[in-house]
Amino acid sequence: MQRAKIMPLERPGPAAGGASAIRLDELEKVYETRDGKRIQALGPLSLDITEGEFVSIVGPSGCGKSTLLRLLAGLMDLTSGRVLIRDRAIAGPQKDIGMVFQSPVLLPWKTALDNVLLPAKVLGLDMAASRRRADELLAMVGLADFHEKYPNELSGGMQQRVAIARALVHEPSILLMDEPFGALDAMTRETMNLELRRIWRESGRTIVFVTHSIPEAVFLGTRVLVLSPRPGRIADLVEVDLPAERDLDTMASDRFGQFSRRIRSQFKSQGGLE
Amino acid sequence: MSSQITTPAAQAAASGDGVLPTRARRRGLLREHPEYLLVPLLFVVVVGVWEAVIRFFEVPIYLFPAPSDIFWALVDRLGSGLYIEHGLHTLSEALLGFLCAAVAGITLGSVIAQFRLVEKTLYPYLIAIQTTPKVAIAPLFIMWFGFGMTSKVIIAAIVAFFPILVNVIAGLRSTDVQRIELMQSLRASKWQIFYMVRLPSALPMIFAGLQIAIIFAILGAIVGEFVGSNAGLGNLILQMNFNLDTAGVFGALVCLSAMGITLHVVMLRIQRRLLFWADESKVTEV
Ligand SMILES: Nc1ncnc2c1ncn2[C@@H]1O[C@H](COP(=O)(O)OP(=O)(O)OP(=O)(O)O)[C@@H](O)[C@H]1O
Ligand SMILES: [Mg+2]
Repeated sequence: MQRAKIMPLERPGPAAGGASAIRLDELEKVYETRDGKRIQALGPLSLDITEGEFVSIVGPSGCGKSTLLRLLAGLMDLTSGRVLIRDRAIAGPQKDIGMVFQSPVLLPWKTALDNVLLPAKVLGLDMAASRRRADELLAMVGLADFHEKYPNELSGGMQQRVAIARALVHEPSILLMDEPFGALDAMTRETMNLELRRIWRESGRTIVFVTHSIPEAVFLGTRVLVLSPRPGRIADLVEVDLPAERDLDTMASDRFGQFSRRIRSQFKSQGGLE
Repeated sequence: MSSQITTPAAQAAASGDGVLPTRARRRGLLREHPEYLLVPLLFVVVVGVWEAVIRFFEVPIYLFPAPSDIFWALVDRLGSGLYIEHGLHTLSEALLGFLCAAVAGITLGSVIAQFRLVEKTLYPYLIAIQTTPKVAIAPLFIMWFGFGMTSKVIIAAIVAFFPILVNVIAGLRSTDVQRIELMQSLRASKWQIFYMVRLPSALPMIFAGLQIAIIFAILGAIVGEFVGSNAGLGNLILQMNFNLDTAGVFGALVCLSAMGITLHVVMLRIQRRLLFWADESKVTEV
């Protein structure tokens, strides 16, 4: 796979740290079902994510991970508490956020390239520059030869990679990813993990990354947030102080194993299934 | 394709360039599509029995013409240009009506789907109008707009309008929530969400509505011509009926159904071309 040049953002990178990117303050979400029942899906949950951090989130199915990401994206109303992005309480979607949903959500009447360009269109960015950027991103996700294909001509994993390219095309400084690699085969997944890690290191983006895979969470994250079963609360928050330079060998190391075991045992004690 | 493993499918594909005798190939085609034989066969049987019954019982031609009578009436009137002249008249009325209905239906449907208040205000009236048989108000339009084309265009438009409106609203309503969330996450405006996601998502349903509407438009034009007109196939049918030219009436009916089928097929073509990405048309294209 070809490497895309990633523009560094004019914000402190992971090393600089310090400034708060996302802060959750006693965040709670209660769903109201059709028959009037109230389901507490999330929280109360407080968390501080520093600018340039990579936070992986794991937790049993239905514990509220997608709910949390949608709250961070400003896509729905919270029940109580606050979400602050760069110290400002949000009420609605923010400009500077890229989102990868749990399913690809491509527009079937647009080619792969046009799907990637959608954010640039909506945001009114310079199309020539965005087009070059989209080319790079499609090459990065291994779809250089699929520009003109329509979603129904792509496999599920290919569609998801288009969605990942789409989330990056407008260079958002915060990236929210909901199990983006769930539909990929093991090999592609490893490659995508390496690419994502590289993008993060080169650009200094803040990334919140939901996954079902504990090794993936440890490999990618600076911290791993383990959520309890519904309503999702913080069961554990693990600082992953592995070296910043990580490759596939990292996964074989003892330290890596220790982190994985710790999270897995936390997971088990919470009654979650892997 | 250098591998030498020959599957039955590959053999069948190879036989396409004349390896097998043509008769065997034809038999294969019929096994797969027996309807290619059955449809014309049914036609021949029905026409044959019809012809035989009329001849055997010596039914008078003004009461019920035999297929051969209809055929000759058709050849005669097509040759003289009678059917074509009146057919084009009816076709123009139906198409103009259909176009008006499509523009009005898509516009109003979009407004209704976009603004809750508009929907709530208009809904009871739309239901009231929709449940009224539109053809019942045809005489009024003849009175208001005369015997010329205008009244027929309006009637065709009104009849064709509702299936379009209903499908536009339903189509715009059924947009996948996730697509809208994707747009919202990019802070798209309501208008951007509408034309970039909602409208294209609704196209398959809108086309289903247009498909019904184009047939309804012909119906509207014919009914209008029955009520009051000086040209068109509906007018011709009334005249021929009055003159006991029953074979001529049947000939006009054949022309009408040919018109309906043609319009339907044209719409289907446009739909396939435009909606190649929709699942349903993907399947039929294979
Ligand atoms: N729109 C909704 N209305 C009512 N309840 C909902 C709604 N969406 C989610 N829930 C409930 O909230 C809980 C959390 O859902 P969420 O989708 O956030 O889980 P998740 O952690 O992403 O699960 P998974 O790992 O399976 O994707 C679930 O138990 C679900 O039943
Ligand atoms: Mg989820």
